[in-house]
Amino acid sequence: MSAIKEFVSSFMLAELLKGMRLTGKYLFSRKITVQYPEEKTPYSARFRGLHALRRYPNGEERCIACKLCEAVCPAMCITIESDIREDGTRRTSRYDIDLTKCIFCGFCEESCPVDSIVETHILEYHGEKRGDLYFTKDMLLAIGDRYESEIAARREQDAPYR
Amino acid sequence: MNDFLTSVTTQGSAMLGPAWPLVWTLAKIVAVLAPLMACVAYLTYWERKLIGWMHIRVGPNRVGPGGLLQPIADALKLMVKEVIVPSRANRALFILGPIMTIMPALAAWSVMPFGPDMALANINAGLLLLLAITSLEVYGVIIAGWASNSKYAFLAAMRASAQMVSYEIAIGFCMVVVLMVSGSLNLTDIVQGQQVGRFQEMGLNFLSWNWLPLLPIFVVYVISAVAETNRHPFDVVEGESEIVAGHMVEYSGMGFAIFFLAEYANMILLSTLAAIMFLGGWDAPVAFLSFIPGWIWLGIKAFFVVSCFIWFRASFPRYRYDQIMRLGWKIFIPVTLVWLVVVGGWMQTPFNIWTR
Repeated sequence: MSAIKEFVSSFMLAELLKGMRLTGKYLFSRKITVQYPEEKTPYSARFRGLHALRRYPNGEERCIACKLCEAVCPAMCITIESDIREDGTRRTSRYDIDLTKCIFCGFCEESCPVDSIVETHILEYHGEKRGDLYFTKDMLLAIGDRYESEIAARREQDAPYR
Repeated sequence: MNDFLTSVTTQGSAMLGPAWPLVWTLAKIVAVLAPLMACVAYLTYWERKLIGWMHIRVGPNRVGPGGLLQPIADALKLMVKEVIVPSRANRALFILGPIMTIMPALAAWSVMPFGPDMALANINAGLLLLLAITSLEVYGVIIAGWASNSKYAFLAAMRASAQMVSYEIAIGFCMVVVLMVSGSLNLTDIVQGQQVGRFQEMGLNFLSWNWLPLLPIFVVYVISAVAETNRHPFDVVEGESEIVAGHMVEYSGMGFAIFFLAEYANMILLSTLAAIMFLGGWDAPVAFLSFIPGWIWLGIKAFFVVSCFIWFRASFPRYRYDQIMRLGWKIFIPVTLVWLVVVGGWMQTPFNIWTR
């Protein structure tokens, strides 16, 4: 009996019509597309995007060239050279990140004892040539200067969970 | 309108003399094919929109208002791309392949009736011509696959042509049933044959069309048409999520664009044929709406069938190749054969509704 029932229902395309009813229902439902450049979904405060080097409020750069980030970087994309500045402090003379190698794991940010290297919320950047994604110390500091308030706000927001 | 056409004809033949019939025929061909090409372009847009809506997306909406210029942008992109002929490909056949694919899809429109007296050629063997000319399309597929000098294209051509040939038999039987009940191969007669009967006198034209008494045949025809045009869920030819492409894998630029156009032109052709054979052609669904011109009704019906094709695409997963062949040979052909006999018997009883 069930065999006959099955035969009739498959012959009447019952299951196919059921599937078409489902897609037909979705045809009229509200669309959930996010119109990306105009609309954006919220990002976490921990979002790991483009890198930046931060400064203290008095304008002094935070990085003390401890090279922990260089050591911990699994992709080995950070290159640091250190030197002694005129005032006798230990500073980096070179701090490069090759973003084509970077895997955005955030270990550099975790390892930094002075919160100097951070990953910001910025994700819309691009390079037109291969070398364009090789960020030097000046570029990283410039990013830090430009977005300092947003970086600080996000770190503040995330501080209770750190 | 008719006065205007008569005056154009007299003026033209006076001016051009013996060359006038040629010019006039060309003008008529352009008048059919130019809107058809626009329809093909915008069918791709409609397909992407409709599938998008069924996926709760919005579809293309960036190029022009509501994305309306998207097909034009796509066409421009394909036109400026380089046409690459593979090394040691048969150059002449490689170029002939896409042409052989699109030619039948366009040539078949010569017999399509858009209204009681609107057809490029109102010939008596219209259905036969359609059957013959759509069969030619398999040659385009085979030639394209063979001339590409690629085993993948060749295998895909085998696959596609086997599928198209198999489903052509089922479509042929559907056409035979329609031919039997209307007693004519002339497409205009087939449409007019659907415009008689009790429901027609009551003004409910849509109940007197062939789709209701021949419902199983109509369903088999629509599904076979989907398979014949190698559309989802029977698109093992293209199978974009599993394999790269079928017989057109070596084509780029305009060659690929022509295969693309041919696929969509075929969809429109087979759905217009469905509208003519089963949905009453240019006939208005209810009598009081018959002030709207017939070609608009034909367009609406063809649009409905094409939208169903897209709906199938959005709904169903792809069939396996052996399942496609099983459906064609072991189900559709026996079903249509049995129904052919049933309808034949029906026509011999006093309950025959197709008396003339």
